[in-house]
Amino acid sequence: MADLRINLAGIKSPNPFWLASAPPTNSGYQVQRAFEAGWGGAVWKTLGDPILNVTSRFAAISFNGQRVAGFNNIELITDRPLDVNLKEIYETKKKFPNHAIIASLMVEPKQEKWHEIVKRVEDVGVDGLELNFGCPHGMAERGMGSASGQVPALVERQTYWAKEVAKTPVIVKLTPNITDITATAEAACNGGADAISMINTINSLMGVDLDTWNTVPHVAGKGAHGGYCGPAVKPIALNMVAECARHPHINVPISGIGGISNWRDAVEFILMGATGVQVCTAAMHHGFRIVEDMIEGLNNYLDCKGIAAVSDIIGKSVPKYSDWGNLDLNYNIVAKINPEVCINCNKCHIACEDTSHQCIDMLTDANGKSYLKVREEDCVGCNLCSIVCPVDGAIDMIEAPRELAPMTWNERQAVLSVAAECKADIVK
Amino acid sequence: MAIEKMQRISLSNLEINFQEVEPGLTNQEAVEESNRCLYCYDAPCIKACPTGIDIPTFIKKIASGNFLGSAKTIMSSNPVGASCSRVCPTEELCEGACVLNHSTKPIMIGNLQRYATDWAIQNEQTLFQSGKSNGQTVAVIGGGPAGLSAARELARFGYDVTIFEGAEKAGGLNTYGIVSFRLPQKISFWEVEQVEKMNVKIRTNTMVGRDISVAEITENFDKVVIAIGMAHVPNLGIEGENLDGVFDAIEFVKATKDGELSNDFRGKRVVVIGAGNTAIDGATCSVRLGAENVKILYRRTEDEMTAYDFEYEFAKQDGVEFRWLTAPKRIIGDEKGSVTGIECIKMELGEPEPDGRRRPAAIEGSEHVLPVDAVVKAIGQTRYLDLIEQFGLTHEGGVVKVDKETLQTSNPQIFACGDVIFGKGKGDAMVVTAAQQGKDVAYAIHKQFIAVGTA
Repeated sequence: MADLRINLAGIKSPNPFWLASAPPTNSGYQVQRAFEAGWGGAVWKTLGDPILNVTSRFAAISFNGQRVAGFNNIELITDRPLDVNLKEIYETKKKFPNHAIIASLMVEPKQEKWHEIVKRVEDVGVDGLELNFGCPHGMAERGMGSASGQVPALVERQTYWAKEVAKTPVIVKLTPNITDITATAEAACNGGADAISMINTINSLMGVDLDTWNTVPHVAGKGAHGGYCGPAVKPIALNMVAECARHPHINVPISGIGGISNWRDAVEFILMGATGVQVCTAAMHHGFRIVEDMIEGLNNYLDCKGIAAVSDIIGKSVPKYSDWGNLDLNYNIVAKINPEVCINCNKCHIACEDTSHQCIDMLTDANGKSYLKVREEDCVGCNLCSIVCPVDGAIDMIEAPRELAPMTWNERQAVLSVAAECKADIVK
Repeated sequence: MAIEKMQRISLSNLEINFQEVEPGLTNQEAVEESNRCLYCYDAPCIKACPTGIDIPTFIKKIASGNFLGSAKTIMSSNPVGASCSRVCPTEELCEGACVLNHSTKPIMIGNLQRYATDWAIQNEQTLFQSGKSNGQTVAVIGGGPAGLSAARELARFGYDVTIFEGAEKAGGLNTYGIVSFRLPQKISFWEVEQVEKMNVKIRTNTMVGRDISVAEITENFDKVVIAIGMAHVPNLGIEGENLDGVFDAIEFVKATKDGELSNDFRGKRVVVIGAGNTAIDGATCSVRLGAENVKILYRRTEDEMTAYDFEYEFAKQDGVEFRWLTAPKRIIGDEKGSVTGIECIKMELGEPEPDGRRRPAAIEGSEHVLPVDAVVKAIGQTRYLDLIEQFGLTHEGGVVKVDKETLQTSNPQIFACGDVIFGKGKGDAMVVTAAQQGKDVAYAIHKQFIAVGTA
């Protein structure tokens, strides 16, 4: 049994699976149910001045019949009085002292507002704070959420204000609606953040109804952009986590968020530098009980690999993530089709023929049996064939014998510039 | 009611027994199944379809919600594609060729085809328009799958087509010959209507050679397509065949197709002679008409029977009994002339015949009598010899000879397709094959016309 406990900037939880600040953590009833199901922590639905919500609020995208490939909401922060939330946080913490409760906070960008709310939530015994600089809809129009989160100076200043009074660790939750997330991450660090979490939701319009021409969702015939999340955003989130993790000036723990649906996704985020993860859409799709497999799957993975603790794998893949200029130009892989496994759907052929490098031939053997073959000399190793192949093991991407020593673009440019200087010297 | 639902066969309400047994896919099922299709390139299912339906394309169109386009893709290649979605032996054709047989399980192509064509039927779509008139006239003799298919394609090319159909309604086998619980008449009628909407004239209740002379046809039309199919079940050639209670399986099935179901078979004992798909139909119809016991008698064994596996399974599920190596010798009647029993003789298999099946021979002294109330004959079909000879066409035992390339008969004005050219031992006579032959005849006629026109 591997040790699944985490310690994120001083916030301890029995496992790395937290519920993100969102509808699932709206009330004490829900958070207690989640803890009973096994969730290690919960970031309470964002507290602030109560707001008014609209109906309808959510929408999801189906892909080829698969529901909830992506999810979108236009719900705002908590619509319940602060007193009620604080009372329930107190009761929940008392019942589950070993589980992490983090209060998500959002107030107007004023020092006294931050001081006031930080004090009030810390009084009821939360384990940490998460500053919501990410919510992209509604609150942003009032200068909060991502409107703050998109301006590095505002992130830094508000983090500083919170830190002025906070006794518990402060996590800053970042918006992905920005060109370079490391800019705001660095600003949070400069403001004194103890940790950062990412990503919040991405600006999105889920769809347009082909019959009514209304937006999806719509509120009495009118729509507004929402926040996108769910499995479809995972690659975007993973990149942002990895970019922060490998950034030399960002040296605080990361809480990874964005499309994490199972233990495998969680392991990927942890390998890419997250200390723990937060989940919302998967729980909204399937209920709290999915955490059982997350915990068991992670434990089995670690046991199988002979790793004692989940904290041992944090960031192990970060050194493998770099810039394009540091990739080896002389590394070669080619596609190889295994005729015994191939079912001859010819999808690889047409994908390569129409949209890649025309190197998969449809052939017939002496017995009249169809087969596919890669002309390896023309294959550029793009992976497309193996991506479209519907059968595991039918196409392998294999390392081709290396013809040249490793050389990256950056190394090549360096060599060329030296050569140019030499040439210039000779000409002189 | 709950008990009634659980029963496969209702004895109180026979009509339920003749409703389609396979429910269509729900919208959700169609979405899931259509998305499972790999959309193969150069897909083997297309090659396995005798009419060459672009299957991945029509399935993709279901997945995208383009149901009209999907139905058009299907019906464009197969003018009786709605019927074929229900009656094709898909395990042996498209679904048998699906590449997913090698990894998971094949796509339910037949059911998806039914889903798309059902959509077109329910939404009263008209799928095709006739082409610009080219001034040529064609008479199509027979309004079954082959004739309808030829007429539809000819109309698309701009021919002025008239179908002569002996029965009250067109559609042939699809209208009268396939049991309602597999293929309801309304499906066949919709396909007929699609052809009619292309200005094809259909003269029903018009038997060529009886109601209109062969000469009138050949004189008044530029080209003639013979698509007359096959006729009634032949005689067994045994005593008692004219007794009351002896039925021709084709007629027997036909009588159940218009919705007026006979009560004469309730509680009766029925034997069906033969073990092809028509025999299965005769047997399952008997069960569904309330017969107490239904046996299929076959002079060979399970291995030689020509019925499709799924039909055989279906009959067993319906409770049909099979008596292998049993041949009828004599039908026994009472003083009123009604069937009371059938004398049978046991057979054994000898040396293989030219078609590869072992020849059955009677075992002396093995005679025995089965008490029965009805005998249904399903031992094949005879040919419309008279009509073929009136047209003066070269034939072999009623199988009209045609040129393989041009599908022309011995009379170059006359072409033929469907069961009328289907010889013994040439594989399965399928609706889908007849549909393709109809198309082929249309293309052959048009090719000649174009060649002459440009000469």
